[in-house]
Amino acid sequence: MVENRPWLNVLTHLVLVVGVIIIAFPVYLAVIASTHGPGAFLSNVVPLLPGPYLLDNYGQMLSQGMSTSGAPPLTLMLANSLVMAIIIAVAKIAISIISAYAIVYFRFPLRTLAFWIIFITLMLPVEVRIIPTFKVVSDLGLLNSYAGLTIPLIASATATFLFRQFFLTVPDELMEAARVDGAGPMKFFRDILLPLSRTNMAALFVILFIYGWMQYLWPLLVTTDPKFYTVVMGIKRMAAVADADPQWNLVMAAVVLAMLPPVLIVIFMQRLFVKGLVETEK
Amino acid sequence: MQTKRTIFPNMWLPYGLLAPQLAITLVFFIWPALQAVKSSFEREDPFGFKTTFIWFANYSKLLADPMYLNALWRTLIFAVLVTVIAMGVSLVLAVAVNRLLRSGRVYTTLLVWPYAVAPVVAGILWWFMFNPSIGILSYVLGQMGVTWNHRVNADQAMILIVLAASWKQISYNFLFFVAGLQSVPASLSEAAAIDGAGPFKRFWTIVVPLLSPTTFFLLIVNINYAMFDTFGVVDATTSGGPAQSTNILVYKVYADGFLGLNIGSSAAQSVLLMLIVIVLTVVQFRFVERRVQY
Repeated sequence: MVENRPWLNVLTHLVLVVGVIIIAFPVYLAVIASTHGPGAFLSNVVPLLPGPYLLDNYGQMLSQGMSTSGAPPLTLMLANSLVMAIIIAVAKIAISIISAYAIVYFRFPLRTLAFWIIFITLMLPVEVRIIPTFKVVSDLGLLNSYAGLTIPLIASATATFLFRQFFLTVPDELMEAARVDGAGPMKFFRDILLPLSRTNMAALFVILFIYGWMQYLWPLLVTTDPKFYTVVMGIKRMAAVADADPQWNLVMAAVVLAMLPPVLIVIFMQRLFVKGLVETEK
Repeated sequence: MQTKRTIFPNMWLPYGLLAPQLAITLVFFIWPALQAVKSSFEREDPFGFKTTFIWFANYSKLLADPMYLNALWRTLIFAVLVTVIAMGVSLVLAVAVNRLLRSGRVYTTLLVWPYAVAPVVAGILWWFMFNPSIGILSYVLGQMGVTWNHRVNADQAMILIVLAASWKQISYNFLFFVAGLQSVPASLSEAAAIDGAGPFKRFWTIVVPLLSPTTFFLLIVNINYAMFDTFGVVDATTSGGPAQSTNILVYKVYADGFLGLNIGSSAAQSVLLMLIVIVLTVVQFRFVERRVQY
């Protein structure tokens, strides 16, 4: 900054430390709660320091799950979430990049119409069309399957726009040179455009993986078979047990495990994550 | 629409390339949306044997229904509170991080990760803290003489979902505010400082106007988030209760359609929600397009 004001620096750090505490405190409590035995939650208030049951709780959740909730072991739910998030991210990128390629590099009848049909998906989030979409999926026999969990979510207007914007910045000369050299459209796409889009694809993958992992309402509707439960939706079933207090130590172990993969991705892929976020949303 | 100067002359390939995206869009987006519009004009008898076309009766019934108007009002309060809190807190944090050159990045990492926490998980975390019997925050409030029980107190239930939803959204707003602040040219601030403007005056006269495009963008995104992405927060904490006090529109569509099996009314609600998203998206897109040209 322009001038030196010690009190303002102190204030700045103070604001940030308070901010970090507010952001981190709920998760700190969850981690602490997941290290205690079941008895710790019968007294008045939650303990604030770690207990000795860390390995017991996580071990039990990963291998057996919570028997009272009818949910499968967390290992299975984590695997389902992983499969779902990866399919959604990869498929969204794949179908978006070829759509954008068609729209930017070809001129054909109904091009504008196709563009608008894709654009409309922005205005139809799954939350507002749940019942008819559920009906379509159930009529197609896709309930309780990975296809049903993922396919209705993989159309992506934002990813298509991102690639379209990016392709428009690729110099025309590249394609002219490729054509002079006798390369056809698929060869140009594979050998020139794909390598150029690598960073964009990676950044987008981070964002879309998190998007897929966080899905809640959709898995809640299309899965009734515990074999296909995802961890984010499974947690709710554990926390909402009828006529009894939830087993907080176990629920919180599940919460921590459900948060961990996407949070680690954000922390370790921060550069790609920020790039993907800023570009897809703007 | 922009295109390339040169293009590939190919008749069928572009259709093949567009086919997967268009097929999914038509089957899972356009068709269900049309179905929603259609059934919003129909009444289905309880056994599903017969449907009658009833024009706008579902809509007029809905708009005269105090429960729906209540949900509309609650959604408005909720969206305004979440937007104001999430944007206010994140702006303060972003301004603070922007002042620091070296340690700013560490703070950024510590602040951005809630982006990856699912709304329903955020709901469970805050529910745990405000749990009337064992929650730490309800205990602290109890010590201060406030009896906390969001299962019976409507205002407290609203506070709970507002806090959980805002907590999750701070990191997103924070990143965009940091990006916006970093594009404010340092020379402007320096010139103003030489003219004798203090840090707060500089903030109001230079940073705030230059930040207004980002603020407007985030305003729309946050309203969108509060209205549509907070289903998980509500489902995990209050399930719309007590006495409908947190039954926001997107939760009501689900509750009426899936739990109440009132298809016509739920479809009419879906259509009204779609209209709201369309308005928000068009505003957002217009604005983004205008900005891109600069």
